[in-house]
Amino acid sequence: MWAVLTRLRHRLASRHLLVPWRGREGLAKLTVRSVGHTFGNEVVALRNVDIAVHSGEFVCLLGPSGCGKSTLLYALAGLVRPSGGRISLDGVEVTGPGPDRVLVFQEPALFPWLTVRQNIVFVLRAKGLSRAAARVRAQEFIGRVQLAGFEDTLPHQLSGGMRMRVSLARALAMDPAVLLMDEPFGALDAQTRANMHVLLQHIWMRYRKTVVFVTHDIREALVLGDRVVVLAGRPGRVLQDLEVRLPRPRDPDEPALVEMSRQIRGLLQHAERASESPAPAAPSKEVGDDETAPDSAGVPDRASSGMGARR
Amino acid sequence: MIADGRMGAAVLRSAARLAQGYLLSAVVGIALGILLARKRWAQVTLRPLVLGLQALPSICWLPLALLWFGLSEAAIVFVVVMGSLLAVAISTEDGVAAVDPLLLRASGVLGIRGARFYLGVLVPAALPGIVTGLKLGWSFAWRALMAGELLFVAGGLGQLLQQGRELLDVAQVVGVMIAIVALGTLVDQVAFRILETRIRRRWGLVEAA
Repeated sequence: MWAVLTRLRHRLASRHLLVPWRGREGLAKLTVRSVGHTFGNEVVALRNVDIAVHSGEFVCLLGPSGCGKSTLLYALAGLVRPSGGRISLDGVEVTGPGPDRVLVFQEPALFPWLTVRQNIVFVLRAKGLSRAAARVRAQEFIGRVQLAGFEDTLPHQLSGGMRMRVSLARALAMDPAVLLMDEPFGALDAQTRANMHVLLQHIWMRYRKTVVFVTHDIREALVLGDRVVVLAGRPGRVLQDLEVRLPRPRDPDEPALVEMSRQIRGLLQHAERASESPAPAAPSKEVGDDETAPDSAGVPDRASSGMGARR
Repeated sequence: MIADGRMGAAVLRSAARLAQGYLLSAVVGIALGILLARKRWAQVTLRPLVLGLQALPSICWLPLALLWFGLSEAAIVFVVVMGSLLAVAISTEDGVAAVDPLLLRASGVLGIRGARFYLGVLVPAALPGIVTGLKLGWSFAWRALMAGELLFVAGGLGQLLQQGRELLDVAQVVGVMIAIVALGTLVDQVAFRILETRIRRRWGLVEAA
């Protein structure tokens, strides 16, 4: 206990709040091993991606649009079958969608003919809960996302943020081994999004779910994640796998966080320039897409579990 | 005609046939429509057949029905079924095809499969389209029934109409015609209108007033 506290204090005292992830002992919950994906039109969406997500971690996949982060998430959910590599949950290979990996989409994806409560009860019943147990559980999570009083409302009568909260409650109520989130707050206005960040942090601190969260918003990734896996596009690969050492709940305007976000932005910009500059010479896929992770972008380099790029 | 109960009996007789035939074609038609929309093999094998047969006016099934079922109730119900089945199936197919793919993906992710998926997600999600099909199927079924009853003498409103002609009783003919129009309109404009509005409102397709 003391050892943990001292280490924590030490870490906080040191100004390295954003450091390369060093890996963890023990079996990872979710393992992505040398996963590649090429779409039918020859576009390489992902190349040689390695990520290990441990139980209880909140991992953010951060990258520009088109970097394959959503493809990777869909592969984790089992909706996309990667053309190479292996994804496994607790050592068992992922081959299709399943209730152990619930995906929260960018849209709330609620059943429009069911009320808020019925939406949650319906999926819990499919999971095998009795009607009574499902109702109790639905009520708990409706309260958790602060929607008590809206149980019998239909989705289209709710605001966008409220619908997203229902979707979140539904996913949490399923109690999946891993919660996957695909830019769930991307369609919300800034104010609502900030509120959702606060809510999600509190919920996460309570349940400590294993979460993989895809976003293109650097601040969002830093506010929410224990780890931020920075991806670069064309082909999609891991640039850096960073650990965020900030206490929760986090404030997006915290100076340390703002500074980190500056570092990551530099990293991404550098990667983008590097992939653009050799463009005339290198439409061939073998050239020009490695050597993109720079040491000079201000973030200490040594992406332990990432660094695809080479085959 | 109303007073001596002939009208009432004829209406009941026609309604009973219609109910049988229409229910059957609704159930089979919805199932067929879902099959057409969801299964590749059904699309390849059954779709041309369904589209082709739809060009056949339903009354053309009567001779075949008489050969198969004889002069029985089943023959006329068969004509009603064939008249409305395909319209229901095609509209259901359209309705299922128009279901938001996100909802289907979400169902997969949430682990909803089998009967729960078909009855709990697919049918309700496609219900606006299905109701359109049912409405269309209803009017086809009604037409098929009247045509069948006119040609095939076995009670019902159609026969009453035919009888009017044979007795040179214009009043009876017009009276029965009015009854047919009234019944058709009642179901079409009142029952289906209410059902459709309620569904569209619940599904959030129109702003609730």
